[in-house]
Amino acid sequence: MTDLHTHAEDIVAQFSDHLDLGVDEVEERLDNLVNEYRVPVDEARRSVVNSYLDEADLDRDALGGGGGNAAVGLAEIDQDEQWIDVTAKVVELWEARSDSVAQVGLLGDETGTTKFVAFETSDLPELADGAVYRLENLVTDEYQGNFSVKLNRTTTITEVDEEIEVGDDAETVEGALVDIQSGSGLIKRCPEDDCTRVLQNGRCSEHGDVEGEFDLRIKGVLDDGGAVHEVIFDREATEALTGTTLEEAKDMAMDALDTTVVAEEMRADTLGRYYRVSGPQFGRYVLVDDFERLSDPIDAEAALIEARSI
Amino acid sequence: MSQAPTREVARRVFAREFNDASHTFKESEDERAPVYLLLPTGERANRVFLVGTLTEKEDVGEGDEYWRGRIVDPTGTFFVYAGQYQPDAASTLRELEPPAYVAVVGKPRTYETDDGSVNVSVRPESITAVDATTRDRWVAETATRTLERVGAFDDEGDEYARMAREEYDLAVDEYREVALAALEGLDESDELNGDGDGAPAEH
Repeated sequence: MTDLHTHAEDIVAQFSDHLDLGVDEVEERLDNLVNEYRVPVDEARRSVVNSYLDEADLDRDALGGGGGNAAVGLAEIDQDEQWIDVTAKVVELWEARSDSVAQVGLLGDETGTTKFVAFETSDLPELADGAVYRLENLVTDEYQGNFSVKLNRTTTITEVDEEIEVGDDAETVEGALVDIQSGSGLIKRCPEDDCTRVLQNGRCSEHGDVEGEFDLRIKGVLDDGGAVHEVIFDREATEALTGTTLEEAKDMAMDALDTTVVAEEMRADTLGRYYRVSGPQFGRYVLVDDFERLSDPIDAEAALIEARSI
Repeated sequence: MSQAPTREVARRVFAREFNDASHTFKESEDERAPVYLLLPTGERANRVFLVGTLTEKEDVGEGDEYWRGRIVDPTGTFFVYAGQYQPDAASTLRELEPPAYVAVVGKPRTYETDDGSVNVSVRPESITAVDATTRDRWVAETATRTLERVGAFDDEGDEYARMAREEYDLAVDEYREVALAALEGLDESDELNGDGDGAPAEH
């Protein structure tokens, strides 16, 4: 059981500042839980650590440093409040929208990317854009089915000298475009710094009545007859999809004294056609980086051979 | 936020099977709960997506505009009705000149006639003019989806297949034949290098 032995060594190291533990003793406790009582290794480890925390009268947060948490790929996180260690590259840093947030952005590893947040109260050194770090003691977080990681007071940050090829976790979906939803076409966004909210009747939900800035986007639904996928085309993708530039859309709206003509024309040009799109999944939406209209003639003979086999 | 109702999938079904359907049902007591049309091959449909040839259109309204379109696929004819509550679809029907390939997203509607039989039609959410390759892709996709449903029809665990066996007395193998014939029609028009409009022999 080298596996348990490794876990035991980790635990001894974690508690080295607080308790004088023997590896054999810890391994025996783990072994008892895992092999005698059929407890999963993770749970056994948690239980053993908890009992030593009690013994040393410590909070879990106080442990820190020891690492040895689960090694989970960033794009593979599927649990809330899991402690993990990662080696990751800072792919993007975003503007923090709240005073309590020190840094927010995207971390990437071989499996893909996930959002990270560091809080002011944790008082951590700043991460640099593009740098690669060994990060130990991160906690995963879940919001509406999306996972992120939080840095905290006990997180250790070590810059490492290696390059990471960040994985591509883009989603690819295809189907017929069956709907273009409201809030598509020529829209106005709030011009306040770092606010890009779409205005409703000239109002921003955060900043009230503002002089909006024009933009183009399409919130669409791709449907393959078995599942639906909501997709968002940003200005660039919308221009490529419809062949209408932002300037042309503004002219159209000006001529008609109505912005809705833009979305109407887009509907006529795109609804009912088949597309394949790819891009990162963000909440319910796939944000379209690339798309392709599926306009090649289908190979009827191949379809027939396949159909006969169903 | 996650309470937002999930959007209903647009089912792919040929006109032949669609017109054979008659049973509708709800899955909750809620007045606004979605109404499903039970497809004879064992699937519930609250929305459909179809592509075919608009062969005729007529304003059948008395006073207000009420457009009826006949849309033909390789197996039969879909009837589509659009009035003042479907202004975009109605104006598209008004402007289109048949024959034309059209794509329709819409909701199944049933209507019981005086003699007790049930007519099925589509209330469109959108109608757009499309090209022949889109229509061919739909035929191939709809054939595949139909064959998948026929393949799962005897699956005891499939709730809607079980419901279809109870509600209908129809030979589902026929839908398999019809789907394969639709694909064969595509294959032939390929060879003839035709425009892909396999006009319906019957419905």
